[in-house]
Amino acid sequence: MSGSNGLARQQIADRVAQEFQDGWIVNLGVGMPTMCSNTPIDTDIIYHSENGVIGYGPVLPAGQEDLHLVNAGGQNVSLKPGAAVVHHADSFAIIRSGRIDVTVLGIYEAACNGDFANWKVAGAKGGGIGGAMDLAACAKNVFVILEHTTRDGKPRLLKECALPVTARGRVSLVATNLGLFKPLGDRFLLREIAPGVTVDQIRAATGAPIEVPADLKTIQTL
Amino acid sequence: MARSKIFGSFAAAVADIPDGSTIAFAGFAYPGVPFNLIRALLDQGAKGLTCITNGTGGAGADRMPDIGMLVEAGQVAKVVAAFTAPTRASDRIPLTRYVDEGKIEAELVPQGTLAERLRAAGAGIPAFYTPTAVGTELAAGRETRVFGGREYLLEHAMPVDVAFLRAWKADSFGNLLFRRSQRNFNPIMAMAARLVIVEVEEDFLQPGEIDPDEVHTPGIFVQRMVKIPPAPEGLWPARRAERGAKA
Repeated sequence: MSGSNGLARQQIADRVAQEFQDGWIVNLGVGMPTMCSNTPIDTDIIYHSENGVIGYGPVLPAGQEDLHLVNAGGQNVSLKPGAAVVHHADSFAIIRSGRIDVTVLGIYEAACNGDFANWKVAGAKGGGIGGAMDLAACAKNVFVILEHTTRDGKPRLLKECALPVTARGRVSLVATNLGLFKPLGDRFLLREIAPGVTVDQIRAATGAPIEVPADLKTIQTL
Repeated sequence: MARSKIFGSFAAAVADIPDGSTIAFAGFAYPGVPFNLIRALLDQGAKGLTCITNGTGGAGADRMPDIGMLVEAGQVAKVVAAFTAPTRASDRIPLTRYVDEGKIEAELVPQGTLAERLRAAGAGIPAFYTPTAVGTELAAGRETRVFGGREYLLEHAMPVDVAFLRAWKADSFGNLLFRRSQRNFNPIMAMAARLVIVEVEEDFLQPGEIDPDEVHTPGIFVQRMVKIPPAPEGLWPARRAERGAKA
């Protein structure tokens, strides 16, 4: 495949974080999504974590960790002034009752019908769901982040998920190293394209139709 | 006068747990995990256990006592967890082999559903409907119902025989305080269980020393407590740098 590999992982997270609106309550999944909290944005965000932490701040440097305090990724984070802690059932009451403005999840596959898969790999008996199904079913917005193709070059943006789904029809934004996409049912809308990447390259790497707007924007990296 | 809830050792606190018990293990990552009680249960040797837990652990090289060790010791018949595979596909956990070989039954439950099934058990509610997992493999063949135009999945309460907790402070009545994200599953597992055993980090307080308005778990839910001795006799999580582990 010719062309650039597109965005680095932090750059993908940066672009997603720029979608956060002032005052939003945000839940970041494990992996690439946690990198969204590194992005310098001037919006006031309240970070919520599945283990009941509401209002956590940056990860603390080695030696300064509070061993009683982690986020959902197990990172030793800090608390911002005004933070609160609840138990696990109340934490998921916050999620299930629709109070999370956006969840950002790292995933295996996204489909243009809004389905996505992130809890079970092919051939596995077990799975790792964590809080993803609760978040995906109930957050106001579901943003997903993934590398556009598998390590051996197969598309991960598809018409229908091949892997068992986490939730149906809930994804509103897909961010990959190649671009920013919106599921439109039978196709993905290419909202923005990564610098150096071509539309042909995206079409070749995607397992679903791509709609390209006339005024296609390029992602502004920070 | 009521018998004291304070036990002199972890071994004594878990000595009479019978084979076949259903045990809930609190904790999320390291905070709130009852490491000392898990180690005591490994020594005690009860078998055929059903373990309710967020995850079974064992992915890292620097292991504290975890459910994976009970699995490896042949003490576990069934695991109910939000993770029955590693969080990262490249990791390996002990449970996988036992599930693949059919030696252990694994029930995978979304984390919020796990929490709410425990909460419901503690609240005297037999079942509830949740939007979580609707349309997924987990909901296949199960009862759903539409409320207000949206489909919900029926989930049953999950009462447990025993809960293992780790608390920050406790008074001799068993009123508990947790610190920061240590709280996690601890209060709801306490309410879901009929025998609650707590390892406590700070020295026991006198009744009245914890303000009633600040109690997280009231002592009426707690039967047994053990003070965690200083390391190395007692198990305390170390900072990453002290563990020498990769992040």
